[in-house]
This record gives sequence, structure tokens and C-alpha cells, in this order.
Amino acid sequence: MIDCNARVIEQHRLTDDYLLLLLEAPAVTVSAHPGQFVHVRVTGLDDALLRRPFSIYGADHGVLALVYKTVGRGTEQLARLAGGDTVSVIGPLGNGFPLDCGDRMPVLVAGGYGVAPLSYLARRLGRRGVVLVGARSAADVLCVEDFTELEWDIRVSTQDGSRGERGLVTDLLDACLAAPSATPPEIYACGPDGMLRAVGERAGAAGARAWLSLDKHMVCGVGACLACVQRLRRADGTEWIGRVCHDGPVFEAREIVW
Amino acid sequence: MVNDIDMGVDLGGIPMKNPVAVASGTFGYGCEYAGLVDVSRLGAVTVKGVRLQPWPGNPLPRHVEVPGGMVNAIGLQGPGVDGLIRDYLPFLREAGVPVIVNVWGTSEAEYAEVAARLDGVPGVAGIELNVSCPNVKEGGHAFGADPCVMASLVAAVRKRTRLPLMPKLAPNVPSIAVFARAAAEAGADALALINTIPAMVIDIETRRPVLANGVGGLSGPAIHPVAVKLVWEASRAVRIPILAMGGISGPVAAIEFMIAGATAVAVGTANFIDPKTPLRVIEGIEAYCARHGFAAARALTGAIQI
Repeated sequence: MIDCNARVIEQHRLTDDYLLLLLEAPAVTVSAHPGQFVHVRVTGLDDALLRRPFSIYGADHGVLALVYKTVGRGTEQLARLAGGDTVSVIGPLGNGFPLDCGDRMPVLVAGGYGVAPLSYLARRLGRRGVVLVGARSAADVLCVEDFTELEWDIRVSTQDGSRGERGLVTDLLDACLAAPSATPPEIYACGPDGMLRAVGERAGAAGARAWLSLDKHMVCGVGACLACVQRLRRADGTEWIGRVCHDGPVFEAREIVW
Repeated sequence: MVNDIDMGVDLGGIPMKNPVAVASGTFGYGCEYAGLVDVSRLGAVTVKGVRLQPWPGNPLPRHVEVPGGMVNAIGLQGPGVDGLIRDYLPFLREAGVPVIVNVWGTSEAEYAEVAARLDGVPGVAGIELNVSCPNVKEGGHAFGADPCVMASLVAAVRKRTRLPLMPKLAPNVPSIAVFARAAAEAGADALALINTIPAMVIDIETRRPVLANGVGGLSGPAIHPVAVKLVWEASRAVRIPILAMGGISGPVAAIEFMIAGATAVAVGTANFIDPKTPLRVIEGIEAYCARHGFAAARALTGAIQI
């Protein structure tokens, strides 16, 4: 866990609402793992002070890459940063995705900008798999070309049908799970809660293991403040209250009590 | 160099190597921040509030950012006093930092029993009696809204522990002096103030409160001037020392508290934003003392010129 001032290398828009931010943060990237996040203090806001958590999109050669959507004041201010500016970064934080899926085919399920950490995961898995990219419309489909380079099987759905199949990403998952296969796949998902819950239910029904990365509002990012808690279930059935920032953000689907 | 400044203070029987603590609920149990902060450098660590049994806290959302701060309603989630002693105190004891345990309950008997169980536990330096949490239905603020009720509680706990007792007072009372005197006369060794200020945020699109609890407590730089005024008033009303907190984000706010009459200070919400804030505050107080000719940090206490 590093607390540093990271220099902005460059930042550009991927689409109208989504940006790619590249930061020089070698101390953070050296121990980063797919599924982990960084906690960023956005400078220039006098009256908004809390850090914002961002999933790691890439951490190669000392460059920390983040993909994010402008959704409020914090991200709008972050979007104004240019090369040479600095931001305060704490990370890498949390527990990421396990990389060993044995002989099971990895199936990644992405909702919106949830695709960013899954792209990082695909690069680190070191094998091919299937990626299901779901978004509201074509303008929200991101990072697909990353998987093209890795020669993954890519399937896209949008709710308005403007790109790929019309429908939800879980429809793509249903089709994927219906295909005959000797062993169930290993599922990795990142997206909104409703999607994650649906993915977990489908995985359970298919006898597949699913790793879900939760997106919760956070305050401290290190497990101290108890703002981002989640009810969880142990293997013996007893329940406990976990902290998404510290005990997650990645949990196995059957651990989560929705 | 400023190494010759005597930074030690005595907070009503809690010996602190410097006057800077961290506030309950903002620093977990210390271990969470160990990767970012040398916890052993802190004057004291006040841990999250505990009652007799584990407590689940409130539903989410538990926090919302507002201009100049945040409103929270965590609801005192915690492992219970035995869980605290078993699972969390060893780290802080190892770090060699005095631990102040924030204690709450729903009856005098519960407060007293928790205090009794902490009595004599190695590493525990004092008890902060939480009589002002705005975020639980029973207990907490119910004991801090009436000076007689609070005095009775302090006296009841006093009988069950030798540890220094420090009620944490609510800011939203007509006269803080009345509560400060009531606490001191009932046997309190020190006072902690202020707790968060009761607050509410509404989402105008849904017309619902943002927090699942409906209401919460405001913290952050926005509340600092309110806290300074209350610390100043309380310090004029009693002779027991004061641990001041409320919106410290750097040395200036901390020094202001000490000049107003505080013996020590606690950094709260700022830990979430810059975990090194308490260390910056320690260094800033030391530098201020050197610059203004104070040989000891404790000389700042009540140094206000009126």
C-alpha cells in the first residue's frame, strides 16, 4: 500500500463520457493485481474532499492506467487534469481476482466501465477466453479492442441494440452457459450490483464459480471507516459483515448475501 | 531544529508523548492504517465505539459528502468489548501507543460493565464515554442530552473502573458549560468534544434522505469553528483537561484548539483524505512552539489573548 503523488502523463477521452488517465506511479504499479483499486484525491476542489476509488485498468512499466466515467463533481474535476499535473494516489488496495482458473475457460462479464479491470485481468490471465461486454448503448461500449489484440472471443450487447445483441449482458451469459461443455467455466464479473447478482445466480445454477467485483461508495479505502460494508456468508453458513474496500472488492458469488 | 520542544501532555491521567490523537471511528483499530502511517508516533489512538456485544451498525448508504465535510451514520458497528480486547488491542499494544476506548451502551449497567472489562487490560489508557452519537436509536446521545442523566452515568461507570474517564460531549446543547461541569463533578478526568453535529441530506430527485438512517452527523472542516467555540467555553467552565476534535485538517486548526483551551487534539475525518494528517499536525505544533518561543506544547493550552 503506497501513498504517493502521481504525475499525470496524459489523459484523453475514449468517448464523450469516458476518459483514460495515465499516471506515473511506479511504486503503486509494481505490486498491482487485476481487480485491485486505487484511491485518488482529486485536487482543485475546495469543498469536496473525499478520495474517489478507481479500478486499475493497467499497471505496466510504471504507468497506472484508469478508465472512468464522468458522473459527478469529483470525476468532472479529475477530467480537467492534463499532463504534468499531480494527483494523490493511495494503492493498490483491496483483493483482486484469483488468476488460477485451472482447466476451466475464463468468461468475463462486463457491465459499462466494469470492463476496465477485466481488460487488465485478461492480459494477466495469459490465456484466451470469452468476454461478454454489456452496455446501455454503443457509446458506452469500451475497451473491446483490448480483447481483439488478445484474440479473445468477444460478444457485445447493448440495451438499445445500437451495437451487438439487443438486451442485457446476462442474456449473453445465458447463451454462453447453455453451450455444451465438459467443465463449467470460471466467471469473472464487474458491473452494477443488479448485474452482479444476476451473474452470481446464473453461475450458481450452472455449477460455475463466479468472482464478482463490487462497486461501492467508499470513504477511507482501507477498512477503517465501515462505510462500504457488505453482508457475507462463510462456507459454514454463518454470516459476517465485510468491508468491500478491504475484504473485497472481489468476492466469490456464493459469499455474498444480497 | 525543533527537537528540544517538550511535546508531552497529560490528558487526565492518559500520558501522551505528543498532544495529537486520532478520533474514534476515523482510524479503525489502527492496524488498517499501519501500511501508511507509523502508528507508534501518535499521541493516542481512540478506537471505534464498542458496547458489550457485537453490533451490526446501520444499513447503507452510511455516508454522504457535503461541502466542507461529510455526513455519516455508520451506527457504531463493532466487535463488542471482548472482541476488541481479543482481536484488535494486541496490534496497538505492540505499537506502544496509548489506546482510548470509545464505550457506548443502552443502559448505565452496560456502560459500566464494558468499562469494568477494560479495567486493567494492558494497553488501554482511558475510556471515552460516548454519550453523543447521533446515529443509534438507543444509547449514545440519550445519555448526553440531559446533564443529570449524564452525571449519573459517569458516576456509575466511575465505580467500576480505575481508568481515566472522558465523556464525549454533544455539540448541540444549549450550554456546554453546564454539561462540562456536570461531567467533572461526577468524576470525569477529562472531556472530549465535539462529536459530529446532527445533520441531514435529501436527494431532491427521489425526495428521500440520502442516508439509510435518515439523519447522521456532520464532520469535517465545516464544523471546526463551532468546535473551537465550544472547547473555549468548556475550558473556562472546568479545570479538567479537554481533548478537542472537529474538522482538524492541518496544524493550524489543532493549534487553534489548544489556544482555545484544549490539552490535546484528535484528527478525525481528515484521516480519510490524507492519512498522514496526524503526523503533519505533530510536526506543525512542534514548529509553531519553536517559532513562538514555547518550550512545551502544553504551554499552548489556554494561551488565548482576550
